[in-house]
Amino acid sequence: MAGRQFSESTDEILSLRPVEVRRYVTFTRINHWFTALCFILLMLSGFALFHPALFGLTALFGGGQTTRWLHPFIGIALSVSFLGMFVQLVHLNILRREDLVWTAQIGDVIAGHEERLPELGKYNFGQKSVFWGMFWLILALLISGIMMWYQYFPDLVSVETRRIAIFVHSVSAVLIVLVLILHIFAAVWTQGTLRAMTRGTVTGGWSWRHHRKWLRELARRQSSKPAE
Amino acid sequence: MTNSWTDIKNTDLVVVMGGNAAEAHPCGFKWVTEAKHHRGAKLIVVDPRFTRTAAVSDYYAPIRPGSDIVFLMALIRWMIENDKVQWDYVKAFTNASFIVKDEFGWSDGLFTGYDEQKRDFDRSSWDYVVGDDGFAVTDPTLQNPRCVWNLLKAHVDAYTPEMVERVCGTPKDRFLKIAEMIGECSSKTKTMTSMYALGWTQHSKGAQNIRGMAMLQLILGNIGVPGGGMNALRGHSNIQGLTDLGLMSNLIPGYLNIPTEKEPDWATYLKSRAFKPLMPGQTSYWQNYPKFMVSFMKAMWGEAAQKDNDWAFHYLPKLDVPAYDMLRMFELMDQDRVNIYFCQGFNPLLAAPNRGKLTRAFSKLKLMVIMDPLETETARFWENHGEYNPVDSAAIQTEVIQLPSSCFAEDEGALVNSGRWLQWHWAAAEPPGDAKLDTWIMAQIFNRVKALYQTEGGVFPDPILNLAWGYADPNEPKPDELAREMNGTALGDVFDPKDAAKMLTAAGKQVKSFAELRDDGSTACGCWIYSGCFNEDGNNMARRDNADPSGLGVHPKWAWSWPLNRRTLYNRASADLNGQPWDPERPIIQWTGEKWEGNDVPDISPTAKPGEVMPFIMNPEGVSRLFSRGMMRDGPFPTHMEPFESPVQNVFNARMRGNPVARVFESDVETFGDASEFPYVATSYRLTEHFHYWTKNNVVNAALQPQGFVELSVQLAEEKGITNGGWVRVWSKRGEIRAKAVVTRRIKPMICDGKPVHVIGIPLHWGFVGAAKKGWGPNSLTPYVGDANIETPEYKAFLVNIEPAVGEAVS
Amino acid sequence: MNIPVTQATAATAVAAATDSPRTAVSNPPVQPMASNLGQAAVVRSSAGGPVAEQPTALTKVAKLIDISKCIGCKACQSACIEWNDTHPAIGENVGLYENPHDLTDQMFTLMRFAEYDNPDTGDFEWLIRKDGCMHCEDPGCLKACPAPGAIVQYSNGIVDFIHENCIGCGYCISGCPFDIPRMNPVEHKVYKCTLCSDRVAVGQGPACAKACPTQAITFGSKDDMTTLAAERIEDLKGRGYANAGLYDPQGVGGTHVMYVLQHADKPSLYNDLPDDPSISGVVANWKGATKPVGLAAVGLAAAGAAAMALFSRGNRVTVEDEREAQLLVRDEMDSVPGSTGRDV
Repeated sequence: MAGRQFSESTDEILSLRPVEVRRYVTFTRINHWFTALCFILLMLSGFALFHPALFGLTALFGGGQTTRWLHPFIGIALSVSFLGMFVQLVHLNILRREDLVWTAQIGDVIAGHEERLPELGKYNFGQKSVFWGMFWLILALLISGIMMWYQYFPDLVSVETRRIAIFVHSVSAVLIVLVLILHIFAAVWTQGTLRAMTRGTVTGGWSWRHHRKWLRELARRQSSKPAE
Repeated sequence: MTNSWTDIKNTDLVVVMGGNAAEAHPCGFKWVTEAKHHRGAKLIVVDPRFTRTAAVSDYYAPIRPGSDIVFLMALIRWMIENDKVQWDYVKAFTNASFIVKDEFGWSDGLFTGYDEQKRDFDRSSWDYVVGDDGFAVTDPTLQNPRCVWNLLKAHVDAYTPEMVERVCGTPKDRFLKIAEMIGECSSKTKTMTSMYALGWTQHSKGAQNIRGMAMLQLILGNIGVPGGGMNALRGHSNIQGLTDLGLMSNLIPGYLNIPTEKEPDWATYLKSRAFKPLMPGQTSYWQNYPKFMVSFMKAMWGEAAQKDNDWAFHYLPKLDVPAYDMLRMFELMDQDRVNIYFCQGFNPLLAAPNRGKLTRAFSKLKLMVIMDPLETETARFWENHGEYNPVDSAAIQTEVIQLPSSCFAEDEGALVNSGRWLQWHWAAAEPPGDAKLDTWIMAQIFNRVKALYQTEGGVFPDPILNLAWGYADPNEPKPDELAREMNGTALGDVFDPKDAAKMLTAAGKQVKSFAELRDDGSTACGCWIYSGCFNEDGNNMARRDNADPSGLGVHPKWAWSWPLNRRTLYNRASADLNGQPWDPERPIIQWTGEKWEGNDVPDISPTAKPGEVMPFIMNPEGVSRLFSRGMMRDGPFPTHMEPFESPVQNVFNARMRGNPVARVFESDVETFGDASEFPYVATSYRLTEHFHYWTKNNVVNAALQPQGFVELSVQLAEEKGITNGGWVRVWSKRGEIRAKAVVTRRIKPMICDGKPVHVIGIPLHWGFVGAAKKGWGPNSLTPYVGDANIETPEYKAFLVNIEPAVGEAVS
Repeated sequence: MNIPVTQATAATAVAAATDSPRTAVSNPPVQPMASNLGQAAVVRSSAGGPVAEQPTALTKVAKLIDISKCIGCKACQSACIEWNDTHPAIGENVGLYENPHDLTDQMFTLMRFAEYDNPDTGDFEWLIRKDGCMHCEDPGCLKACPAPGAIVQYSNGIVDFIHENCIGCGYCISGCPFDIPRMNPVEHKVYKCTLCSDRVAVGQGPACAKACPTQAITFGSKDDMTTLAAERIEDLKGRGYANAGLYDPQGVGGTHVMYVLQHADKPSLYNDLPDDPSISGVVANWKGATKPVGLAAVGLAAAGAAAMALFSRGNRVTVEDEREAQLLVRDEMDSVPGSTGRDV
């Protein structure tokens, strides 16, 4: 049995001609899209309270009071949901030496010269950055958010600390939205990516092009199973 | 008050001692801030605690509770020693020059004539030498060693600043600074006002505390002048009215006396009330006593009071004891000698001393009737409220009837404020539920009692059957009817005594003032001092013109002030012997050469010549008294007496406990504690957030100061291991309370006679009914002892012990 | 017909009364007066809420709290409770005179008591300060509020909470340099002293000033109150308070509630009255740079990403790639020693 360094146990080559690879199982995809939904709602409700110009967005939630009330609960939902994602994905998102090379050659990434890059596992450094960015920012938003959550934690922190919390929350929110934009952009720009989160599978070509080490390992794994 | 609230703005120095005006009289206190803001007046506070008044004072000094006389006598000594005396005033307007009997003296803390058995003084030596002409002998040069001035000098000699420090615990430098500030007010153009309240009265020698300050004020020339005076701040909106109307057990309206057993007939009664002037040409206004008394009897019994039956004098009760005051009545209840107790607008279970005794006394009654707009603890004395009222209800057989009455905003009538203003007010609401006006309730009871006497007869039905009851609706006398009755009515035509042809008031009309009252039965008047309040000019108490033409806060057309709408008593003394104001900047009356006139109603006959008729017209001597003769039971000068429970012995006489002639009952002697068992001095007071016990029923007041507490110094708290906000138990020989501890730097230990004295402050308000948290009043702890002259209980100085307590009290 | 005349008279009377800040001690107008504190007088509104285009130019008002006259009687608290019909809980004694123990959504003003041993004079002092909204000229609450029109400032300086617009986020609580607004935990709306805007609007003084027995609280135009304060400060200096002064902190543009302090050099003696309050830098940044910069960054990033996604070629997988994948998979599967086949 070959080692599993670059893939999840559920990742699997489903067919050979053409090659089709399962990248995410149904649970992960539901988890992702639930998180995404929460994210969108949080973004809308958060923007509504972030800038007066966007206060009108509260109408989507039934007014300012409901928006204020709902936002932190969605935040909790997102945090829990993201935790699910995190547990599933964290070990393949740990940084490796090739990520440094990849980063150093970011120009080639943008220019599409992937042949000049080292072979990559399931995630490249960009994806890992999104993952960790999301993680840290969600953590910051969660902690600062609880500090700001007046309805349930009015006396948790001092006014001075809460001011900092609100500031941290705002800045983190802006940053996480930037991360989101990057995430979506990368998903769209790197064609053939989106189906990983919709159908759950990617083509062999996509895998070969972007995550060859991952594909290679899957192939090796699937050939090494002893026959019955 | 000799002066009015509004007059305080004219002062240069406010001394708050024996009171806490800002806390207990915040609305009146505005005039102090007026004086400070607009006149640059200074405020001195002398109090065991750094009070809310002290918070806005210019100078504060602490004093051990119950040692005020030492402080005051020391001030007098300092004034004399440093020549801070308004000499013209003292010589002309006080009895400084009067010669006192040779037999009079003072030693070992006692004046001459003390009888330890009777606990009373033979006061016959406490008087002037009277010449053959019937007038007092005087020495205007003040050289005679037996003149009042020299006796006073000798009397106060012991009260040095060092003595103040030793007895009062007041640091000497603080005392001297205060003496200096006060001394400035001996100037003719500078005045000081004294504002005091229960901090002086609630002592076994309360009246002497007040005497002490009154004497100081006379020496400084501050009585009768704008911004001066002795100003007793009354604790209820109408407590002045209560005393005026004779609700003291030995008085009838207008400070007339209920006869005693020794005065069984009219002639004897009048004999001791001749009030012959003691100096030539003096007014001695009480010479009119028979006019006021006869008019009162006519108001009471109308046609049944005639000259030939001595104006129905035999209808009046005759006292077998000096007074049936509150302490005596509760003592009698406790002796099982009282059947029925009518309790109207009073909550004695929290207000009278030694609550344990009260519960016992009430339990021996057959019937208790409560007339009160609010639920009171007294009405529920039989109800078990856990440790807050741990009685065995089943063992109490007293029947209690509650008659709900009206609150102040629900009835009409006059309230008499501390400054003697009768201010009419109108009902703003109907009494709720079954509540009725007090007058309705009283009329119902009277009519029913009268009907019983009519049908069943009785031992002596006449005073009841013949009581004048000419109200339009006998079931409910109206406020204006009662007010007109108090003002007085001409029953026959009233003529000018100097001109028999000149009719002053026709029969059936309201008399203009008490000057028209007669002793021949032609006038009726319910309360002579109120005469003029509701005459043919109408209801003068309802006047609402706040104009103040003089700018001196006189407001002559705002409501009506007794007597005769006079705003400052003794105001004749505001002018010198030529009738010109001592301070030309503050003239309230002056002599024009022919008569007195000015901004206030002169407190003297309008044509009385200034050099001849002296200002203190109620006194037979025409002058004020630095030496009060035999008028007070405990001495003609104030002398230092310790409280009954004191941490130190009397420096003059270690054997003397408290006031030697104070009101003490045999049965209570064993309930007094001493310092070995109860080392800490306690004092009681009310808080500005509250009004006595009433506001327990009001959620707003309850929220602003919700829970019973005691205050103590940081040092005592450390010594006893008491934490701020923690529970403590405080106990005396008579009972115990539990409360939260407020540990504060506002109370600091004092050093008295070489040892530290700790003071514990115990505010009142909490009980076991109402909206506030349940608690106890200080009266669970206070001793059953009263002032020698007016029987006010000694709430302001007693001994307790204290310890930390755990857990919340359960109920 | 004299109706037009009557109307004209009434109109004149109202006009005269429209802007007449009165001291609380003077008698209020007897005739009913139309409220002058409506939308027409709004000069600032939170989160871009509506302001009047040409606001009624009302005279600036102020409440002056003279601590040297304050006896701590709590009549102001009582009047505040009554007028605003609030219901503070009947609490406990915790060793202090402050009751309730802090400002609450039911208690808009609070007497705070500080014990102070003055080292310069050796005298003990009991400094009693009426705490409550300072009605800053530059209000931190209004700056922090995200709900349009939930906090407004009128042209007379009063800062008022418009509760129908309040969303209960509590940002104003964080924005306030004086720690004043309090959340109602049931309504989820924030409350504070309104300076009795409903009374002032019709010519009455604030309830607390009306109830204050010693005129420690006075109300009128800010100019008049400043003049009165100067008079009081002179008096206090004459009584030995060399550092007596007016507390009208400029860090928040001045306030419409001012104190006369005996020790104006040390405001913090008075139960931590801020020595030099200003809107917190954190709040200022949050409401200042962060919002536009953040929004711009997000907008630019989104637009850039969209543009790139739309107009750039993107990174496409080619047919070649697919073939390479097949080759790789086959090679890898076969290359494993002992392989028993392809598990696909």
